[in-house]
Amino acid sequence: MFEHFNPAASSFAGDMDRLAWLITWLVGFWFVAAEVMFFWLMFKFRARDGVKSQYVTGKEKHLKAWINIPHFAVLLFDVVILVGAIKVWYTVKQYMPPAERTVRVMSQQWAWTFTDPGPDNQLDTADDIRTTDELHVEVGKTYHFTLESKDVVHSFFIPVFRLKQDAMPGRIYTGWFKPILPGKFDIACTQICGIGHGVMGAQIVVESAEKHLAWMQEHAGQGAALTFDPAPAPADTTAAPAAATN
Amino acid sequence: MTQHDDQHGHPAGDAHAAHHEIGWFEKYFYSTDHKTIGLQYMITGMLLAILGAFMAYVFRMQLAFPGQSVPGFGVVSPGQYNMLITNHGTIMIFWVAMPVLVAGFGNYLIPLMIGADDMVFPRLNRLSYQIFFLSALVLLTSLVVQNGGFGGAWTAYPPLSANRDFNLTPLGSSLWLVAVALEFVAFLLGGINFIVTSMNSRAPGMKAFDVPIVVWCIVIASVLFMTSVGPLIAGAVMLLFDQTLGTSFFNPNRGGDPILWQHLFWFFGHPEVYVVLLPAMGIVAEVMTVFARKKLFAYKTVIYTIIATGVLSFFVWAHHQFVAGIDPRMANIFTVTTLLISIPIAEMCFVYIATLYGGAIKFSTPMLWALAFMAEFLVGGVTGIYLGASGLDVFFHDTYFVIAHFHYTFFPIAIIATMSGITMWFPKMFGRHLNEFWGKVHFWGTIIPFNGIFIPLFILGAAGEHRRVFDYHNFPHLDTPELQAMRIFATVSLLVMLAFQPIFIINYVHSLFRGRKAENNPWKANTLEWSTSSPPPHGNWPELPTCYRGPYEYSHPGRELDYWPQDEKA
Repeated sequence: MFEHFNPAASSFAGDMDRLAWLITWLVGFWFVAAEVMFFWLMFKFRARDGVKSQYVTGKEKHLKAWINIPHFAVLLFDVVILVGAIKVWYTVKQYMPPAERTVRVMSQQWAWTFTDPGPDNQLDTADDIRTTDELHVEVGKTYHFTLESKDVVHSFFIPVFRLKQDAMPGRIYTGWFKPILPGKFDIACTQICGIGHGVMGAQIVVESAEKHLAWMQEHAGQGAALTFDPAPAPADTTAAPAAATN
Repeated sequence: MTQHDDQHGHPAGDAHAAHHEIGWFEKYFYSTDHKTIGLQYMITGMLLAILGAFMAYVFRMQLAFPGQSVPGFGVVSPGQYNMLITNHGTIMIFWVAMPVLVAGFGNYLIPLMIGADDMVFPRLNRLSYQIFFLSALVLLTSLVVQNGGFGGAWTAYPPLSANRDFNLTPLGSSLWLVAVALEFVAFLLGGINFIVTSMNSRAPGMKAFDVPIVVWCIVIASVLFMTSVGPLIAGAVMLLFDQTLGTSFFNPNRGGDPILWQHLFWFFGHPEVYVVLLPAMGIVAEVMTVFARKKLFAYKTVIYTIIATGVLSFFVWAHHQFVAGIDPRMANIFTVTTLLISIPIAEMCFVYIATLYGGAIKFSTPMLWALAFMAEFLVGGVTGIYLGASGLDVFFHDTYFVIAHFHYTFFPIAIIATMSGITMWFPKMFGRHLNEFWGKVHFWGTIIPFNGIFIPLFILGAAGEHRRVFDYHNFPHLDTPELQAMRIFATVSLLVMLAFQPIFIINYVHSLFRGRKAENNPWKANTLEWSTSSPPPHGNWPELPTCYRGPYEYSHPGRELDYWPQDEKA
């Protein structure tokens, strides 16, 4: 049900879309059944002149079945949904396939900074590429990302990947994705982070291997030039005054 | 009972029956009568609801017509937008749903329904309202201080809420926290009263299973509230210290942990959903049985499901934190508990639906509201499954789908069930009837636009529209004419709904003075509050009633009348 608005652009996006449909069918059944029953009873037992209501306690066996059977059926449906939900959860959040490339994602009020490992595929080397509000990834490669925050809680949301993870100051989270569809898509911060929350968007560019290589070669080593935090060490000291004035 | 009379400051004995005249000031500032306090809670809550609704109007206008001046407010800045959404949520939950449903109906109904002359601790009850009133004043102050009101969402996650350099509202956020903490203190005082009163002051002959469902619901809700709020009060004080004294409970740069706050908040925050849901379900049970002329289907099952819901609600809180960075293995446990809670709630809905079976349903205004509660709450219930399923919550978390889901639970709770209760007990409270025709106009004028507001939000959520953003121009995939049309539709629906609300206010005020006079038992109901005069005197009954049977003996075989009051001798 998401494809109409956001194409499925990661390896697990399709699983999530199928889970959404599974839940829609299962709970949709109960919803329709309950509402139809409800409105039918309302119509059938509307007050009419001279007709008294019946004395029903709810202990009658044939009537009790109307509660008990749905009760166990709901439990059964719950188990099915549970299996589906945990399967998808496991794929997205618990299972971690080996990384082919690793990018670093830093969030702060109100921008995203991405560090690509560059042509040598090693972070913290001279050819790292640091970009602001634009993340370039190669289609078909399994990526790990490390997610950090400099100040408040942010949340890293790529709708086309069906991926979301909060960024918590003081912690480094690792997650993964594998892009399967080239294109330019939105990234959003979904956790309220101050007055600039509404402008904290970014773009993700999913490109073919050749294009990505060309981009890397063009920008290799531009980390220092593009960034507003020249090196990791000063970045720490900029965080410190904020703490002191806390 | 003489013991209570001492606390009233009246001489022991039949002082209540004497019903001496008291002045206006004494009545509204010092009265320890549970009915006065209950009505004060209700009126305060409903007045604050007008403010909460105004905030919704302003930010919905900003979303539909971004950047344009909102009539009655002006151009909305991002900071003001955050302040509006934060305080809309805070007010509607803590200063509308809680005082009206729990404190208002709890205070008014519990002594009357169990046949007591007042609460067990009347002065504590008065203190509870005074503190609540103070908390409302502090909250209102927080909106107008320098730098504006707090804008870090009603969940107030640190470090945003803890650090003035991040939230830019040093005064507003501290006052907001003080207001919330004071409000909790007020409801702790009220809650202990509800529990003790319903345990000790029931009319002679009223056994536990003769107590009306709404009393059970409010008492269990009070137990839930009192057991869950402790960690949050502690958390609120810690956060206040972080803001003002420079402590670092939630400051990661100095060894604190922001996730701790999330746990403290949601450990309270999730049971809180049931704290307001249960009284609403109780009111609906009372109204449905009276107007369907039916015994509640499986009374004991309802009580067991309420208790099961209450117990389970303590083990589901982390489903609000699936993507917050909790251990992913832990999320699996919380998915299981969250989906399990669907079983008692579904069971409860089935029982309510089954109660209609064999009835003689009269579609009066209170009944329309009660039936609408069930029909709409089902939408909120089933959409919760999407969010409780951890795998899918990765996408839906913090999108408009969440907003639509909880408004389909909270609106039925805080507005629909409240309206059902007010229209049901208005004749008892004031001795006069509301106008039935205008009541129905108000009903349809509220229910239809309500769906118009929130159905588009489900679709926007599925499109990935994330919350608390003042203008979607910065996100190309959300800045399409198709989605903007849905935002405008939702806002226009809200305007239509708001346009129908003056009908209720006028009907209410007009009926207070000019309404048709109500007899003692206008609905021919069974519960004890209908056996006294409308409105009940101070002390509730000249002579306290005795209870002979359960509350839902409608159409009992072998009886001429189709109802059988609890206090009627066999």
